[in-house]
Amino acid sequence: MTCQQCGEREAVVLLKKVEGGEVRVMHLCERCAAERGVPEGDESAKTPLGAFLAAMGGDAPGESPLSSAAALAECPGCGATLQDFRRTGRLGCATCWTTFEGPLRGLVRRVHGATRHVGEFYAQPGAEPADQAAVVRRLREQLAVAVSDENFEQAAELRDRLRGLE
Amino acid sequence: MIDLTLLADGGIGWIDASGPASPLVLSTRIRLARNLAGRPFATRSSAEDREAIAEAVAGAVAGTEALGRAASFRLDRLDLRDRLLLHERHLVSKELAGLGGEPAPVGAMLLVQGRVGAMVNEEDHLRLQGVVSGFALDAAYAEVDRLDSELGQRLAFAFHPEFGYLSACPTNVGTGLRASVLIHLPGLVLTKEISKVLQGLAQVGLAVRGLYGEGSEVVGNFFQLSNQTTLGKSERDLLDHLGKMVREVMTYEEEARAVLLRDARAVIEDKVWRAYGLLRYARAISYEEAMNLLSGVRLGVGLQVIPDVGFYALNKMLVHTQPAHLASAHGVAIDDPSLAVHRADFVRTLLQDEGRRAG
Ligand SMILES: [Zn+2]
Ligand SMILES: [Zn+2]
Repeated sequence: MTCQQCGEREAVVLLKKVEGGEVRVMHLCERCAAERGVPEGDESAKTPLGAFLAAMGGDAPGESPLSSAAALAECPGCGATLQDFRRTGRLGCATCWTTFEGPLRGLVRRVHGATRHVGEFYAQPGAEPADQAAVVRRLREQLAVAVSDENFEQAAELRDRLRGLE
Repeated sequence: MIDLTLLADGGIGWIDASGPASPLVLSTRIRLARNLAGRPFATRSSAEDREAIAEAVAGAVAGTEALGRAASFRLDRLDLRDRLLLHERHLVSKELAGLGGEPAPVGAMLLVQGRVGAMVNEEDHLRLQGVVSGFALDAAYAEVDRLDSELGQRLAFAFHPEFGYLSACPTNVGTGLRASVLIHLPGLVLTKEISKVLQGLAQVGLAVRGLYGEGSEVVGNFFQLSNQTTLGKSERDLLDHLGKMVREVMTYEEEARAVLLRDARAVIEDKVWRAYGLLRYARAISYEEAMNLLSGVRLGVGLQVIPDVGFYALNKMLVHTQPAHLASAHGVAIDDPSLAVHRADFVRTLLQDEGRRAG
């Protein structure tokens, strides 16, 4: 699609504006978008994920959420590093979630306002009873924390899940 | 070319407008992000990995109630028009359909049966989806939850005791649940209340998007409202919160419409009848124009200013006037100049039939 302002260059920016109550949308090229005051670069820099990724690269001033050790770690599951995550915004595999658990917990807290999943519990088909026991132990720990935090909604959820398992 | 007869209701059963509040809310859709344990996510996966994932999913769904008789499409092997058509039906994302600048990824697959579907090899290995007519979060969740349970017994999903269902992007982790409600808000737009309402929604953690989801534009006063976060609340709480907010927005919209009728009846009547007149008699209409006119007519029908047009017909016009739908119906390319004429023909005939049907 060509730019709706100059009609020459390829439109790369979608400008959404509420004008007189009407939501107006314009496809603009980079130059025309800049003329209309659209900041260059990605909107994502304003989201928690974008800000986190930027901070990880040291682009943002202030403390880096990463220790240098974590920054160098490589996921044994897929070989990805935190630098890869910074570049793509995507993790490489399920094991990345345990490899980079520390920094990810901070990010998850910023994105979701919580770090613990309290929804449906899932057990893989043919999960060993031993695994189940570990899960129950973990849920009990989480329950204790929820109770001491006076997070009663979450505590009730955890109790339900425990009841489902025991 | 896609044989859509393979799809019981073309994957768009919601257009029958049979659901609750369907004059205002077109559809409710819920998707769950799931990944298979032991397989790399999209950014680190090879073509072989992706083929193996598609194969594993195809094998797993075979015996299920939810997707055992699904129509299956390999997006990496379809031509552009068919991929766009599936995207226009909200069955596949832009990325999976190869419409986002990059070709469809190897192993990109869509499975669809009635009200449920699955995208395979999207950003996550699986994006399970349930779609129903109108404002019906519970019904949509029941559909996708059943599919999730069936597949979860046949495939090992990546799940972490603390983080929940693991996803490629941290914004989807936890429940992996994104519920969205496609709602028509012309009253709030006309009364200029819309930006206030949208800001309010952002503050309570809801995301607002255009007709085609993430990154899409707002056309025809149609908005998609969805939950922003996926972790730290149960599925039930996420749905309840969204439901509560959507009900509030519906009330604001009703109020805005009442104000319009009270303070500007003549202007509104003129506006919606002009929209009807153009759709009823024009000989060539662009997609954008059609969307805006349909929005006007939909408002007129909702206000009971325009009689004899059903919401099913209105939904049909929204879906079937999209470029790939018209292009497929007439066997032409998606940018064929004749589409504007075909679009006008389609809406003209349908509105004529509606008028005749009502006598
Ligand atoms: Zn331009
Ligand atoms: Zn990894």
